[in-house]
Amino acid sequence: MSRQKLVVIGNGMAPGRALEELFERAPDAYDVTIFNAEPRVNYNRIMLSPVLSGEKQFEEIVIHGDGWYVDHGVTLYKGHKVTEIDREAKTVTSEHGEVAPYDKLIIATGSVPFIIPVPGHKLAGVLTYRDLDDVDAMLLAAKSKGKAVVIGGGLLGLEAAAGLKAQGMDVTVLHLMPTLMERQLDESAGYLLEKAIRARGIEVITRANTKEILGDDKVTGVLLEDGTKLPADIVVMAVGIRPNGELGKQAGLDCARGILVNAQLQTSDPDIYSVGECVEFESNTYGLVAPLYDMASVCGRHLAGETDCAFIHPQTSTKLKVTGVDLFSAGDFAEGDAREDIVFRDASRGVYKRLVLEDNRLIGAVMYGDTADGAYFFNLIKSGEAIDADARDTLIFGQAYAGGAPLDPMAAVAALPDDAEICGCNGVSKGKICGAIANQNLTDLDGVRAHTKASSSCGTCTGLVEQLLALQLGDAFDASAPKGMCSCTDLGHGDVRRLIKAKELKTIPAVMQELQWKTSCGCAKCRPALNYYLLCDWPTEYVDDQQSRFINERVHANIQKDGTYSVVPRMWGGMTSAKELRAIADVVDKFSIPSVKCTGGQRIDMLGVKKEDLPAVWADLNAAGMVSGHAYGKALRTVKTCVGSDWCRFGTQDSTGLGMRLERHLWGSWTPAKVKLAVSGCPRNCAEATCKDIGVICVDSGYEVHFAGAAGLDIKGTEILTKVATEDEAMEVITALLQLYREEGYYLERIYKWANRVGLDHAHKKVVEDLDNRRALLARFDVSQRDAQNDPWAARATDGAEAHEFRVLEPAS
Amino acid sequence: MPSRWIDICDLTDIPVRGSRVVRFQGAEIGVFRTASGDVHAIDNRCPHKRGPLSEGIVHDGAVTCPLHNMIIDLKSGMARGADEGCVAVYPVEIRDGERVHIKLSAA
Ligand code: SRM
Ligand SMILES: Cc1cc2nc3c(=O)[nH]c(=O)nc-3n(C[C@H](O)[C@H](O)[C@H](O)COP(=O)(O)OP(=O)(O)OC[C@H]3O[C@@H](n4cnc5c(N)ncnc54)[C@H](O)[C@@H]3O)c2cc1C
Ligand code: SF4
Ligand code: FES
Repeated sequence: MSRQKLVVIGNGMAPGRALEELFERAPDAYDVTIFNAEPRVNYNRIMLSPVLSGEKQFEEIVIHGDGWYVDHGVTLYKGHKVTEIDREAKTVTSEHGEVAPYDKLIIATGSVPFIIPVPGHKLAGVLTYRDLDDVDAMLLAAKSKGKAVVIGGGLLGLEAAAGLKAQGMDVTVLHLMPTLMERQLDESAGYLLEKAIRARGIEVITRANTKEILGDDKVTGVLLEDGTKLPADIVVMAVGIRPNGELGKQAGLDCARGILVNAQLQTSDPDIYSVGECVEFESNTYGLVAPLYDMASVCGRHLAGETDCAFIHPQTSTKLKVTGVDLFSAGDFAEGDAREDIVFRDASRGVYKRLVLEDNRLIGAVMYGDTADGAYFFNLIKSGEAIDADARDTLIFGQAYAGGAPLDPMAAVAALPDDAEICGCNGVSKGKICGAIANQNLTDLDGVRAHTKASSSCGTCTGLVEQLLALQLGDAFDASAPKGMCSCTDLGHGDVRRLIKAKELKTIPAVMQELQWKTSCGCAKCRPALNYYLLCDWPTEYVDDQQSRFINERVHANIQKDGTYSVVPRMWGGMTSAKELRAIADVVDKFSIPSVKCTGGQRIDMLGVKKEDLPAVWADLNAAGMVSGHAYGKALRTVKTCVGSDWCRFGTQDSTGLGMRLERHLWGSWTPAKVKLAVSGCPRNCAEATCKDIGVICVDSGYEVHFAGAAGLDIKGTEILTKVATEDEAMEVITALLQLYREEGYYLERIYKWANRVGLDHAHKKVVEDLDNRRALLARFDVSQRDAQNDPWAARATDGAEAHEFRVLEPAS
Repeated sequence: MPSRWIDICDLTDIPVRGSRVVRFQGAEIGVFRTASGDVHAIDNRCPHKRGPLSEGIVHDGAVTCPLHNMIIDLKSGMARGADEGCVAVYPVEIRDGERVHIKLSAA
């Protein structure tokens, strides 16, 4: 039987493996001809990173040397790009005019790097990362030790960055998303990765949107959307790949994103196969080598005449090949109903592991810092083996524990020797804690903290201390007493606030990692709280996370039951003018706003505004000098006033003026819960100041400053904080009080509840008696106001901030 | 009813842990992007009192309704926890790594 002709287009990893499979089974079935656009033999593309970093030479990563082609009688055209497939004549033609006839054809053209079409993307010095030529270009550029900017913080980008850094370049990675490698890693692992990348001297800028690549004929820098300019001698684009299905399309084969194939890797023309990254199979495309090898095996066997082989879309796993960075991810780790998370964090070792189970089966795994069990978990994912309840308890500890008897935590604590260290931070032993509980009659965590310091630093031993309390006290210990913020953590608000400062945690993923959150990205309860705490504690550094805010604070208006919004502009101290009222009237007409109402807070509410209209409504109100009233926020709301000495026959001071001054000074600040003030001109108290969060009652000799009132869910008269002689001093005391509350309050805890928790004289000590502390509080408030006192409406009405919030997508029908 | 795929936006048009609203032939659909990068499309009306789900906080694979805090699973459209109710979900595909397509029943 005469040999059939097999032609292969592309000489990458996938067809290389397919030929091995074929030759093993049917060495004499075909005369094989390969065309490769790259002028070289088949090599291990995934090992280009070690070549870039200098850890390996090209020779070491060759898969098939020249001898292999000779041994198997293969004709290899190096540096021949195929430009045409003629399916009628059954031939392919290369750019150099070489024509080869085929009986069977394999298209294995891989993929092409995606290039963001920003201005400047064609300049010399803009590189991609795909083949040896790219590596050579990078190595050449690295000789001059200049600056490199890598666009893309995924697998390829980070490997390129690490390689260039190892070659002595100054490297910055730009990543569009908030965390690195977000396709493979969840936020927590992404945070640890960023820390490790930075630790090796590579700058990382997340949320970086590239606007332009600068330079005349050669790259000189990169300009970001936010105006940042970064100098650069080379720019490496590693933002993704696209299946290279061009030839298939030209030849009229069925294509979608890639060349469509069946389970035998045949295209819509049964004589033409396709394997590798150029393929699309059951809506999947591929970017890792393991599934391509599966394809190659099926293709090779089918060509050899086997008919019972079929490709099945497999699970994939990822590892990053940057020396010293240990991460692994596999399967599906999106959270979902009926899915369960098992999370393990060891902050001191920088270890994070998360397993996702569904129907008692492992479906996904993310690991950082300790990936020894990666293969074990990956196998469990692939096999879909059921995991019984006992095994589940120790699953996260990996293979070593698999099947072992689960430990009863109480028994485990009871079994510890007296000198076992419980609190690592403060070196407190079990014996010392048990002794204190017995001798001091301690009944709760706070008592143990006060007497032994155990669990008072990082808090991670809290669970152990509680178990010791339970062990010692039996039923007398109420474990439910110290409440966690939400089901994502056992730490209470107080612990979290303290640790954010003590450990200088400055992002939500950092808090969740270091404080060992039990969920991967929190919930609707803890996210807004953390966002507030971080904003309050690091006002100049923290980037407000819009997605951790409730809708009202995100779009700066109150959502109504029908999905429309209400708009309440500030009326400083309840004062308004003809100009403002006219502007409001015009806005109501122009946007057909159905209701206008005087609120209980001395201002006007426009109800029923369509979301899309909000920016335009704000623009008109802004034009008349009005700004957001924060009627929607955990923030300063209203300062009600009465007419005071200006008009009232009983008025003792200018209550209206003080109210306006307070509102102008305090507006814009975010607070644990909403804050409402009022200033009354005399004890008749027409502004209802004695049921507000902070109130002032003016008297002949000065100003009584009140606080901790309530008239909502609870009704409570205020307490007197102090009495001062001047308006200036009233401003100071009130501002310092507000800042103290901002720093100490738990999220959603109104001032009266906070005061009740910390004691009424606490505020008096900190704000009235300790003048140094008052000054420090005032200084911190000023710093925080610098960024906070910007009208959020103006930014959205005129500068287009958060525009996506207000625009509905309307695809053409 | 015949259905078809509709190209609605770029992946980057939807903020991570955020959402967009699509209006198409009278229907209002919330399109969500989770922290792990998955995109889901569901009817934008809470089963409780028709709250606009697209305005809720997105956490893990779910959204908390902005009106009364019902938690809706984005993948299944079912209410989580003790609540009952569900919303329609629409198939989503990301094509070319960036274009979000959803499958709608078109008249
Ligand atoms: C508009 C207004 C009623 C009115 O028509 O007068 C109003 C409307 C709402 N109030 Fe109020 N409150 C309004 C004055 C008050 C007052 C009176 C006051 O401020 O002097 C109180 C009692 C004082 C107090 O705050 O303690 C008040 C106590 C509450 C409470 C109970 C708070 C508490 O901690 O006890 C809530 C519920 C909450 O915040 O969780 C609430 C919540 C609300 C919400 C935000 C309900 C919601 O979550 O959607 C309403 C928003 C409607 C909207 O879209 O505008 N509203 N609310 C008033 C707006 C004032 C303003 O100009 O900003
Ligand atoms: C730097 C880097 C690191 C990587 N790391 C990993 C990793 O750690 N793990 C992992 O699983 N995967 C990794 N990958 C991905 C992996 O290398 C690819 O999935 C795999 O190489 C794809 O194989 P392929 O045969 O489909 O295509 P390729 O290996 O890309 O081969 C395609 C070949 O076809 C040639 N060609 C294209 N068009 C024509 C034409 N018209 N005529 C002739 N020839 C043509 C090209 O020149 C190329 O040589 C990495 C990739 C890179 C670039
Ligand atoms: S009293 Fe109740 S119904 Fe009236 S505005 Fe306040 S929250 Fe709404
Ligand atoms: S409308 Fe969604 S919870 Fe009530």
